[in-house]
Order: sequence, then C-alpha cells, then structure tokens
Amino acid sequence: METAIIIESLPKFLDGTLVTLQITVLSVILGFILSVPLSIMRVSKNPFIKTPVYCFNFYFRGTPLLVQIFLIYYGSGQFQSFLTDVGLWQFFREAYFCAVLSLTLNTAAYTSEIFRGGIQGVPVGEIEAARACGMSGTLLYRRIIMPAALRIAWPAYTNEVVFLLQASSLVSIITLMDITGVARVVSARSFAFYELFLTAAGIYLVLVYGVIFVFKRVEKRITAHLNPSMLTS
Amino acid sequence: MFTLQGYGPLLLKGAKLTIIVGAGAMVIAILLGLAAALCKLSRFKIPAMLAEVYTTVIRGIPELVLILLVYYGAPTLIQDFATFLGKEIYVEIKPMAAGILTIGFIYGAFATEVFRGAFLAVPKGQIEAAHACGMGPVLTFRRILLPQMWRFAIPGLGNVWMVLIKATALVSVIQLPELMRNTDLAARNIHKPFTCYFAASLLYLAITIFSLVFQQWAEKKANRGVRRES
Repeated sequence: METAIIIESLPKFLDGTLVTLQITVLSVILGFILSVPLSIMRVSKNPFIKTPVYCFNFYFRGTPLLVQIFLIYYGSGQFQSFLTDVGLWQFFREAYFCAVLSLTLNTAAYTSEIFRGGIQGVPVGEIEAARACGMSGTLLYRRIIMPAALRIAWPAYTNEVVFLLQASSLVSIITLMDITGVARVVSARSFAFYELFLTAAGIYLVLVYGVIFVFKRVEKRITAHLNPSMLTS
Repeated sequence: MFTLQGYGPLLLKGAKLTIIVGAGAMVIAILLGLAAALCKLSRFKIPAMLAEVYTTVIRGIPELVLILLVYYGAPTLIQDFATFLGKEIYVEIKPMAAGILTIGFIYGAFATEVFRGAFLAVPKGQIEAAHACGMGPVLTFRRILLPQMWRFAIPGLGNVWMVLIKATALVSVIQLPELMRNTDLAARNIHKPFTCYFAASLLYLAITIFSLVFQQWAEKKANRGVRRES
C-alpha cells in the first residue's frame, strides 16, 4: 500500500470533492425547482397536462443516467450547426453544463414522482378545511398542499438526494474532475489503483452520511409539531 | 436521420449481454441478500454486525467507484499482497466477471433490506405454529418462512432489478461489449451520436416495460392465495 500517493493527491481530491458538491448542489436545487410544477401537473386531471409529464418521467426513470448524459453531451454534437445558429452551442460544448443539465432532468423526473406521492398523501380533510376557509388555486397549494406534501415526501427525497450525489460520479466519464475523475486520472498515472479508489470511496461515504445526517435534522425540524417529545425539551 | 446504418444488430447483441449481466448480477444479489438478511435477523452479534457494515458501506459508495475498484484495484491488491508474502503473481479479472460480481455485490445490499422487511412481514403466529408442530429452525425457515416471504419481497425485488439493469450500463467503462459499449462503437463509426444513444435508450426502455409487466404478473401469482376483501 502506497500511502504516499494518497497523501500526495489529497489536495486534488479536495478539488474533486468541491466539483462533486458543486454539481450535486446545483442539480438538486434546479431539479427541485423543476419538480414542484412537474409534480403539480402530474396530479392534474387534464390528460393534456398530465400525459407529457408522465412520459417525461417514464423516459428519464426508465433509462440509465449514463445514456442520458451521453445523449446530451455527445448527442448534441449531431445538431451542432442548429445549436450554433440559436446560440446554445457554447453551452452544450461544455461538459460541465451537460453534466448539470442531465443530472437536473434526471432528478427532476424522480423527485416529481416522489412529490406526486406526497401530494396524493395529503389528508383530504386538510384540503377541504382550506377550501372552507376560502383558499383555492395557488394559495391552497402554497399554504396547505405543498408544505404538507413536502413533509410526507421528505424521507424519500432524502434518498433521492443521496442517489444523486452518488450518480454525480458518472460525470467523470465525460472528462470532469470530480472525486471519481481525480481517482481515475491519478491512478492511471501511478498504478496505485486500490489505494486511490478506496480513498474516493471513503470520501463518498463521509459525504453520503453527512447528507443523511443533515436531512434527518431537517426532517425533525419540519415534523416537530407531530413529535410530542420535542415539546418538553 | 433515424437509421442506424446497419448497426442495429450490434445494439441488439449488446442488449442481450446487458440482460445476461443483469440476470447474473440479480442471482448473486438475491443469494447475498438472503444470506445478509438472515445474518441481520439472527441472534448472533458478529454476523449481524458484519451484515450491517456490508449494507451501510455499500449503500454509501457510488457503483462506478466500486466497479473501478474491483476491476482495476482488486488485481493489484492481490498482487501486492502476494509480493508481501514473497511471491510474484499476475492477476487479471475479466470484465464480465468483474461486472457481474460487483453489480451483484452492490445490489445484494439493497436486496438485504428488501428480504429483511419481507421476513419480518410474515406473521409471527405462523412461526409459533411451526414451532408448536415440532419444526426446528431450519425446517421452519424452509417450509414456512421462505415460501411465504416472497409475496412481500417481490415489489421490492422488482425495484432492485429496475435499478440494477440500468446500472449495468456502467460496466461499459470496463470495456464489456454490452449495450452501452456497442452503442459507443456505433456512434463513433457513423458519426450520429444522438441517433445511436437514443436507440439505446429505447432498448433500455423496452427492457424496463417488459420488466414492469413481468413484475405485475409475478405479484399476481404470488398473491393468488390471499383472500381479497371486495
């Protein structure tokens, strides 16, 4: 075991960790923003609103993330002249942009299905009470349904964020230097394969259980009113 | 635009290997999951702890890192260990074996949780009744627990399979000629990356749809003995 290489490459791993976190946080935030309207459309009774979202979710949940990344990163090359004309090629040329875009679309599909479950899990009585108070439309969603749905969906959403953090390792395949990318490049040069991949695995473990810890704290916070034991403390 | 210029059969051949790798990995995942679930539920501390460590660690590491760790890391680790013992050996793991073993090993951790839940879902009275009839632990497991827990395990196992078959795409990074790798080749040769990857995505989608239908059938079959309130 060559511990020297591990220590030597720690600064690179730190940079890689920052890239991993950046990409994950960006995709989580953008995915969340996308998935809220998507989930509301998904529970609509109008088939013209419901079906496109259903198809989008089915496609992105039914195909591997790697295919989606390649479809956007390499596939956009097939439309280079068109994308140049509309001024988008400068974005699609960048691996970073394509990585964030594909991770965002992927997590939006999974998250909107999770939120759909949350919305459908909101007790009917709460919605009726809100309507009786005169709320409807946006106000009803903003004040009553979405907060309640988010509480119900939170544990599943935690899992999705953890999966996204791990899935972000795939961006190393399209040349980005995240944690996995650093491990791959450094090990290819030094032949210290297991040392470096074990280091990468260790960093991911810390990040994953860190995310779980934070999300569990938030869960306690947002469900505090359902937990009488917190009243005494 | 949407022709594969004769590369269709190559993609189908890749899809076949994808399914073989997926099925092989699923068998390993189920066997490992059963074993680890029994360890977790056992009275003995050490196996329970080992199973806990297994599921905790595996679920916290990306599949890609584990695949690279096994394919590139395991041979050098064994070689270093052999050198340490004073022997020079050369070890190489075939991509196929590395892919099936790693993916099976990873999803075994997810299957463990499914089986644990399923074993716990079998009513306690059933087991007490089996003991009362004089069955020992092994016989109770084989005759009572194992046949009845599948009903609870199938939905969870279906989910594991869906995620697993998509994870096989990652094996393409270790050059196994499955669907993703062959699509890569086709895309490079005909310079139509979008067309090729889109075709591949539709093949994956077809596998997913087929799996969903199969899962529904399996659930129906497993629940055929359950009385439904109507």
